[in-house]
Amino acid sequence: MIVMDNIVKTYKMGEVEVHALRGVSLAVDNGEMVAIMGPSGSGKSTLMNVIGCLDQPTSGSYRLDGREVSQLNDNQLAEIRNRRIGFVFQTFNLLPQATALANVELPLIYGGASNRRQKALEALAKVGLSDRIRHRPTELSGGEQQRVAIARALINNPAVILADEPTGNLDSRSSAEIIDIFEQLNREEGITIVFVTHDQDIAHRTKRILHILDGEISRVEELVQNEGVPSAVEEEGK
Amino acid sequence: MNPLEAFRIAAQGVFANKLRSALTVLGIIIGVGAVISLMSMGRGSQAAVTSGIESMGTNLVFVRPGATTQGGVRSAQGTASTLTLDDAYAIADPVAAPAVAMVAPQMSTAGQVVAGGNNTFTQILGVTPEFEQVRNFPIADGEFITQRDVESRSMVAVLGANVAETVFGGDDPVGQYITVSQRRFEVIGVLVSKGGTGFGSQDDMILIPITTLQYRLAAQRTASGRSNVNTINVQVINAKQIDAAEAQISAILRERHNITGEDDFTITSQEETVAALNQATGVLTVFLGGIAGISLLVGGIGIMNIMLVSVAERTREIGIRKAVGAKRRDILMQFLIEATVLSLTGGVGGVLAGWGLSRVAPRLFQELSGQTIQAVISSDIVLLAFGVSAAIGLFFGIYPASRAARLNPIEALRHE
Repeated sequence: MIVMDNIVKTYKMGEVEVHALRGVSLAVDNGEMVAIMGPSGSGKSTLMNVIGCLDQPTSGSYRLDGREVSQLNDNQLAEIRNRRIGFVFQTFNLLPQATALANVELPLIYGGASNRRQKALEALAKVGLSDRIRHRPTELSGGEQQRVAIARALINNPAVILADEPTGNLDSRSSAEIIDIFEQLNREEGITIVFVTHDQDIAHRTKRILHILDGEISRVEELVQNEGVPSAVEEEGK
Repeated sequence: MNPLEAFRIAAQGVFANKLRSALTVLGIIIGVGAVISLMSMGRGSQAAVTSGIESMGTNLVFVRPGATTQGGVRSAQGTASTLTLDDAYAIADPVAAPAVAMVAPQMSTAGQVVAGGNNTFTQILGVTPEFEQVRNFPIADGEFITQRDVESRSMVAVLGANVAETVFGGDDPVGQYITVSQRRFEVIGVLVSKGGTGFGSQDDMILIPITTLQYRLAAQRTASGRSNVNTINVQVINAKQIDAAEAQISAILRERHNITGEDDFTITSQEETVAALNQATGVLTVFLGGIAGISLLVGGIGIMNIMLVSVAERTREIGIRKAVGAKRRDILMQFLIEATVLSLTGGVGGVLAGWGLSRVAPRLFQELSGQTIQAVISSDIVLLAFGVSAAIGLFFGIYPASRAARLNPIEALRHE
């Protein structure tokens, strides 16, 4: 689970200090599916980078599955990313030269896992791409590429999958498929999923929306999922 | 990440851009090939010089007169007329000079050799029978000058292979006559051809008894009436005795010449000559290798250049790899191995190219200049070139690779 307490991130752009995050506190339980929403420049990308251990907070505490990760060095962060976090990006970010199978295996290469092929095949089966394992990204549709990316994110049984605008480059039909896959993974495998998105449709399929504005969580929206028709119960967040 | 995996990833990088990799490798091939072929030709000329000197005979020491000084002007070494035939016989004394095996004094001049309608200008050496063995001049046809010929100042001559060919064409010269300075000599033998040594042909000369040259041809005598010699060739009993032989010869000559101060003769050994020439050709080899090394350096810069381009192009790939857990070390290894694969491939190619060139170039050189150079490829040159190419890959790869390893994953992922 993710527990953040008063996370501050300040960049120096030359002489100017940019306060990207001004004390964010949040908690995401295991098995939860939440969305982070906010306009451009609100700090949501920075928040995602910190949650994903791509970046370190200037101050504050971040515990991932009980381990404090805000003070780790580069190598330790790489290891956390490898074992505990799965990324799904808007632009898929697959290696263009590699086959679907090789792309999915990639985290295992750096994790030093055995039985890589078997695990990669299982992950591809979960996203319904068993018949496309030898294809390269250019030979796959956008939806299929994103499914390869999800399989790659899944492969190390991460604590959390971070999806940054996962449907941003997809048509509506592929988007629906991708969201279905995420929902299914959350429901059936109990995988924690954090979306970072502009898309109301995705956000409203989650149980909770964290609205972020000017580097702070402005509002938390608790949603009650009822037969796929969301009904919002709003409450003021800090 | 295990090394095999790192190698596989690096190989994929190399093959992803085949033309570019091939051109980069070509730069190294040219560099390594140039180093190997030029250095092996340098070594070849070194070997040729050494064998040329060794074909003069083995374990030799040369005694030459010192310089003359007239009115304070000192001439070149060997210009004085201080050595005589008697000096040579004294050196041959087995009691005074036990390290000396055999002594062959020689006197040289030059002249026009005429036979029938042909003539040639050549070197004329006055020698004793020992010359045949000491200086290693076997007879191809006929016989060598005998002790009797020396004692009786016979008008006989032994021809070098070139002279025989020039003045007699295909005919057998033995038993025929040649004229030198209006004097007739009977040809009694022809020498085996030795080929060039790089210091003029040893085949382009005629040999006559030393006394004949002194009394009948040149009539050179010292003031005291003793005939003098240019060089006393001394064969030492074995290589270890050369220093001893030099000391014994020096002692004999100093006593005979009543010298208390500076010697009026010089003694040089064959080894010293070989060493001096080896040093000269060694410098040549290093010089050639240095020139070729520059092209290897250029090849290395090519690798660095292409690796920098590759890192820039693959920034996003690096970001992806880092996002899924690649450590700095993993990225560093990937690009370092990639650079080394390029340079080592170039190294292997260059060894082959250098080997090929060392076989072709000497022939080409002979066609163009008529000079013979053989190339000697030794394993140390090959190992050196190979090692240097690997080192070049590492050296010129380390900067691009560390740049790749230091990339910030967030920025790398954002890179288009």
